[in-house]
Amino acid sequence: MTIWHILLGRLTWSSLAFVRAWRDPTLSELIGAAAAAIAVGGAVVLFGLLTYLRAWRYLWSEWLTSLDHKRIGIMYMVFAGVMLARALIEAVVIRTQQAIAINNQGIVGPEHFAELFSTHGTIMVFFVGMPLLIGLMNYVMPLQIGSRDVAFPYLNSISLWLTIGGGIMMMASLVVGKFSTGGWSGYPPYTELAFNGGVGPDYWIWSVSLSSLGALMTGINFAVTIYKFRAPGMTWMRLPLFTWTSLCTSILMIFAVPPLTIATLMLAADRYLGMHFFTNDLGGNMMNFVNLFWLFGHPEVYILILPPFGVYSEVVSAYSSKELYGYTSLVIATMAIAILSFTVWLHHFFTMGQSAPINAFFGIATMLIGIPTGVKIYDWIWTMFWGEVRLNTAMLFSIGFMVTFVIGGMSGIILATPPVDYMVHNTLFLIAHFHNMLIPGMLYGVIAGYYYWFPKAFGFRLSEKWGRRTFFCFFVGFYLAFMPLYVMGLGGVARRSQELFDPTLRPWTIVAEIGALLLFTGLACIFIQLYVSIKQRHQTRVPVGDPWDARGLEWSMSAPPPEYNFAVIPQVSRRDAFYWRKKYDGAYRPADHYRDIELPKNSMCGILVGMGLTACFFGFVWHIWWLAFLGFAVAFGTAVVRSFNRDVNRVIPAAEVAAHDRRWLDRAAAARPIPRHLELTPENEGLAKWQG
Amino acid sequence: MAGVTEPELRHAGLNLSDDPREVREHVESDVFGFWVFLMSDAVMFACLFAVYATVRHATAGGPTAADEFKFHSAIWETGLLLTSSFTYGMVSISMKHTRGRLWIAAFIVVTFCVGAGFLKMEAHDFVTMFHDGATPERSGYFSCFFVLVGMHGFHVFSGLVWMILMGIQLAVFGPDERTKVNLIRLGLFWHFLDVIWVVIFSVVYLQGLIR
Ligand code: HEM
Ligand SMILES: [Cu+2]
Repeated sequence: MTIWHILLGRLTWSSLAFVRAWRDPTLSELIGAAAAAIAVGGAVVLFGLLTYLRAWRYLWSEWLTSLDHKRIGIMYMVFAGVMLARALIEAVVIRTQQAIAINNQGIVGPEHFAELFSTHGTIMVFFVGMPLLIGLMNYVMPLQIGSRDVAFPYLNSISLWLTIGGGIMMMASLVVGKFSTGGWSGYPPYTELAFNGGVGPDYWIWSVSLSSLGALMTGINFAVTIYKFRAPGMTWMRLPLFTWTSLCTSILMIFAVPPLTIATLMLAADRYLGMHFFTNDLGGNMMNFVNLFWLFGHPEVYILILPPFGVYSEVVSAYSSKELYGYTSLVIATMAIAILSFTVWLHHFFTMGQSAPINAFFGIATMLIGIPTGVKIYDWIWTMFWGEVRLNTAMLFSIGFMVTFVIGGMSGIILATPPVDYMVHNTLFLIAHFHNMLIPGMLYGVIAGYYYWFPKAFGFRLSEKWGRRTFFCFFVGFYLAFMPLYVMGLGGVARRSQELFDPTLRPWTIVAEIGALLLFTGLACIFIQLYVSIKQRHQTRVPVGDPWDARGLEWSMSAPPPEYNFAVIPQVSRRDAFYWRKKYDGAYRPADHYRDIELPKNSMCGILVGMGLTACFFGFVWHIWWLAFLGFAVAFGTAVVRSFNRDVNRVIPAAEVAAHDRRWLDRAAAARPIPRHLELTPENEGLAKWQG
Repeated sequence: MAGVTEPELRHAGLNLSDDPREVREHVESDVFGFWVFLMSDAVMFACLFAVYATVRHATAGGPTAADEFKFHSAIWETGLLLTSSFTYGMVSISMKHTRGRLWIAAFIVVTFCVGAGFLKMEAHDFVTMFHDGATPERSGYFSCFFVLVGMHGFHVFSGLVWMILMGIQLAVFGPDERTKVNLIRLGLFWHFLDVIWVVIFSVVYLQGLIR
């Protein structure tokens, strides 16, 4: 046991991607080193830029330590955007590999290829999908229910930093060591010590643990917020649909995340303490892992898909200028999906070898989910029917979603038939299917919601031109990238294949490659759109706050909203509360009297706890025990010290609230109400003309 | 008790009748949040029990449960834990009737001691099992046994640490609103561990002792 070993654990020179590439300069290693260089370079540039702009203090005191749900939401989304860029680039590399590697080695070696699909899957699910949606819910949900914040703002900040900590671990795995080669699901016994002695599976275990801890706490936080922090009169059947789906997603997080925690914990026990949960010998049983993992994994896909369903409900209703059709059926359908999602996990391993009746049960249960989902699609279509539909970016994505998602649902029904599943299990057909659900079901929804709520959050609209370009890329790109995978999958091509052997596959892989590049261009369009929109913000400002003539409470305040959201907590008497207030002329009125508002003070405890645990888990990965101990001590110590702090709130005096509100009302009074067909013009200042 | 208001009844351990409405509502959501956490913790234990059920016979030729469990120590442990739950109940009652911090602190100390006694017995059991070669590395069965029962033990340990912290807070702040809320939460946590233990006792120990 040398001193280096104590200090650095398993870290050696050859853990570094650069050193590996230096010693063994194959194309595969060089690509790995380039990725590491991008990660390191990105961090260096970011730090340099922040120092150069002297932005550290501002960033620290206004953002990183903020407990405001709006800022935390935005930070989630920024973080997820960065991770999305990485995971999408990895997808392009995967596709490039399969386009080239037909009867040759292609550009990345087998190990490296396995790392790529493992990180792509892990990041997309845990560090893109979840943070994007949690970010959106964080921002929007409290505004929709008429609350000043979430129930536990400090917990919210801890969740954020745990999630970001997981992302930091993912990024670190590019530079030091190697990530798991066991896929996003990390099945043992392959990921056990016997076959994988390195740090890869440990990176997977601990980064996923950070994310799942964060998600669990977020779930609790949001559920309590929706149960207890609704404005007076906001009864269950008056909740906006996005809030309903947030509630269902939160409940899913509360109940679905523990099985994952247990599965990863047991795997860690096997790897660190020599136990035998999932080993081949001494009574281990890997099917326990598989069951636990999918007991989490299937609800997880609904965690990812339900909130976008809520987004579509809001978007379609607002841009069709109609009340949501079939509100009650949408609520019931959402609940039904949430509950059914716990009864289908076995369809991920029909081929396990259990009896036919069991497979039949889970096959039927799976198909049942199609029913409530179909109800939703019809409801959205009927909402558009005879409405004043404006086909802007968000609506394009919504309609693109409806068309594409139905196709994915069809292939899901095919997969849910056990005998058919035996034929296509673990082929590219499955890959095509779940991307066909998740790209429209998750990404399109987030983009639509981003476009829709962005003006609320920042006070100006996003560029429509670049929005349409984004849509074109994401829509066409999806079909090009994944339809070929259906064909290849039906032809029997296994997923996760580093090399293919049938030259007739080439046309398909090339089309898929073009699709992946188009999807990547789509992401570039999103970033360009942001840049262009910031440049043009003077023509697109909507300070009054209701640019789309929308219906929910979140539109009843200035854009961006004051930090306390509502000058006075609104009284709700109907569904679509703001719409009715506009109708009966109760909108844009001063309150009778204003009161002092209590808000949580900023706190650096969230970031300390999050980064402490991240350091702790990083120590676990590399067996750097002092770091693990130190990180834990920081996290635990912070939590204890904070619990002794009684001075955690600050008060905004009533006079200040009143003054702010009056300024906004004056602004509204001065603005020109604009009709819907002009909402994309510079005239739109965020005051909608009443049109019934 | 005349004039008991409704929210007060919902959290009978907490005497909040003099507090303004907003405080009561806040307390309500704080406590509710902890309930939700306990529910997800319960799911976690449920998963552990499920895995345990599947490895009941996965002893891989090593020691079995019936060889290793001792009925008398399991029953003593049960007795200790249930007693500590009762004494924690006394904490809540003292809080409710504003008996002052001394009473509260005294019952916390008693609970702590009994809980620590439980942990000591459990640790002793584990050590004897280790001596017999019934270690977590020996078989899938004992891996799961130690993780399941150990997870409960770890929860008890966390509860004890929490009690120390609450004792200090009580000394520093007295029974103010935050302290009271956290004492309520700690109580929920402690009783929850009892419930889990009862299942462990019946599913793990009693069943395991059947030859
Ligand atoms: C946006 C464009 C995307 C592209 C081009 C893409 C492409 C791919 C490719 C090529 C694979 C590997 C297929 C194979 O095993 O041969 C893959 C796997 C996967 N993708 Fe994506 N993907 C995209 C988005 C997403 C999204 C949004 C999610 C989830 C939220 C996702 C989740 C996954 C998962 C879980 C896997 C499986 C990883 C594994 O095998 O363990 N992907 N993707
Ligand atoms: Cu599933």
